[in-house]
Amino acid sequence: MPDALAEPPAFPMPRAAACPFDPPPGLRLLNDGEPVSRVRLWDGSTAWLVTRHADVRTVLTDPRVSAEVSWPGFPHTNAVSKARDTRMTTLMQMDAPEHITHRRRMAADFTVKSAEALRPRIQRIVDDHIDAMIDGPDPVDLVAALALPVPSLVICEVLGVPYADRSFFQRVAGELVMDGGDPARAMAASEELNAYLGDLVAAKDAEPGDDVLSRMAVEQYRTGAMTRREIATAGQLLLVAGHDTTANMIALGTAALLAHPEQLDVLRGGADPAVVAGAVEELLRYLSVTHTEARRVARADLVVGGRHIGKGDGIIAVKSTANRDPAAFPDPDTLDVHRAARHHVSFGFGAHQCLGQSLARVELQAVFGTLFRRIPTLAAAVPLADLVFKHNAVFYGVRELPVTWERTDGGGR
Amino acid sequence: MRVRVDQDACAGSGQCVMSAPAVFDQRETDGVVTLLDDGPDPRLHGGVRTAARLCPARAIALSAR
Repeated sequence: MPDALAEPPAFPMPRAAACPFDPPPGLRLLNDGEPVSRVRLWDGSTAWLVTRHADVRTVLTDPRVSAEVSWPGFPHTNAVSKARDTRMTTLMQMDAPEHITHRRRMAADFTVKSAEALRPRIQRIVDDHIDAMIDGPDPVDLVAALALPVPSLVICEVLGVPYADRSFFQRVAGELVMDGGDPARAMAASEELNAYLGDLVAAKDAEPGDDVLSRMAVEQYRTGAMTRREIATAGQLLLVAGHDTTANMIALGTAALLAHPEQLDVLRGGADPAVVAGAVEELLRYLSVTHTEARRVARADLVVGGRHIGKGDGIIAVKSTANRDPAAFPDPDTLDVHRAARHHVSFGFGAHQCLGQSLARVELQAVFGTLFRRIPTLAAAVPLADLVFKHNAVFYGVRELPVTWERTDGGGR
Repeated sequence: MRVRVDQDACAGSGQCVMSAPAVFDQRETDGVVTLLDDGPDPRLHGGVRTAARLCPARAIALSAR
C-alpha cells in the first residue's frame, strides 16, 4: 500500500545503464503497483503520473483534460520549455474547439495520401545519403550521415524551403533542437528561423508552389485568417515536431536492431513493405523516444484508475510504460518486429495525436527498408555500452552511432 | 455492420485510412474523414474494427445493422 505521508518520487526517473532501450525501472514499479500516482517535478510541484495503456488512452481522450499551459498546475518539462510554451502558443497547447480549427489548416499536407505522394522523393533522399555513406569514410557516425539530414530535408520538401536555403535551414534546425546546450542560442535560432519563415511566406504569397507554406500563404495569410508571424510559428512547430523525433527514431532504432541481430535479420534481405511497416510500428512502440511524455492538466475533477484527480492538477500520461504494458502487449519487453503493435501510443492519443505520423512512417519505412538491404553487414563500430544516450534531452536517443561494414557492400540498389 | 463517422471530432490522424482504405478516406482540403462505404462487406470488417479501435478522436462508431 502507498504511504500517504511519503514524499512523492521525483520525475523524470533514471533509466538503468544496462538497459538503455527500456523505460526507467522506477516507472515499471509504479505501473505494476500504483499505476496512477503523484510525482515531484523539477520545480517542486507535483503531478499525477498515469502509466497504464488503457488509462493513458482514457486520459488523452477525456474532454476534462486540457493541454492549455496557462493553468498554474500545468506540469512543464523544465524552465526552458515553460518559458517557450508560454511565449509561443501552438496548436499543441490548445483545446477544442480552437485546436481542431488550427490543426485542420495544416492537415491537408499530412494525410495518408499526401505522405504516400512524397514517398518517391523521401526514398530518393534516403538513397542519396546511403550512397554517400557507402562512398564515404568508414567508420561513420550514422546520426550525422543519415539520421539528422533525412528528416530535415523531408521537412524542407513539405514546407517548400528552396534548395538554395537548405544548408542554412539545416544549421538553424540543428541549433534549435540542440539539447543540453545553451538555451539562449536555441532561442536565437528560433528567432532567426521565424524571421526566415516569415520572409518565405511572403515569397510563397507572391509565387505559390505545391507546399504547406504556399497553401497557408494563399488560404490563411491572404484571407487575413493568420499573420505571417503565426504561419512562421506553425512552420517552426512542424520542424521541431518532425525533425528531432524522426532523427532519434532512425538512430536509436538502428542501435536497437544492431543489439537484436535476429530481428535485424528480418530486414536484411530486403523485406516485404508490409513487414517493414510492421517493424517500424514495433520500433516506435519499443523505443518511445518522446520520453518527456504527454503533459496535461485537469480542467475539472475526474477519477482515473480509481484515483481522484482534482481540478487544476497536472497529469503526465506516460507513453513509454503504456507501450510496455503487458495488458496491451504480451511479453512487452521483447523486441519482435512481427508483433501487431499499431495500438502503441508513441504518437500520443486523442485529438493531439501526432499530425505528422503518416509522414514519419514513410520516412522510417524508407530508412529501415533500405539501410540493411543496401548495407547488410552494417555493424556498430563501438560496443553498445560505449554509446552515449540522451537521458536529459526532450527526445531520447543516441548522441552518436559509429557504424562500420564490409567494404564490398553497397554494389546495387 | 453499420459504420458512422463524426467529422466534427475527427483529428485527421489517418489511422482509419491505414486500416481500411476501402471504407474510409480523408478530405483533401483538411484531412477530415469521409466514409466511402457505410455498410462494408464482411471481409472488410476486421480492418474497420481496427480503425475504430485505433481512432484517437473516437470518431468512428460501429453498430449491427
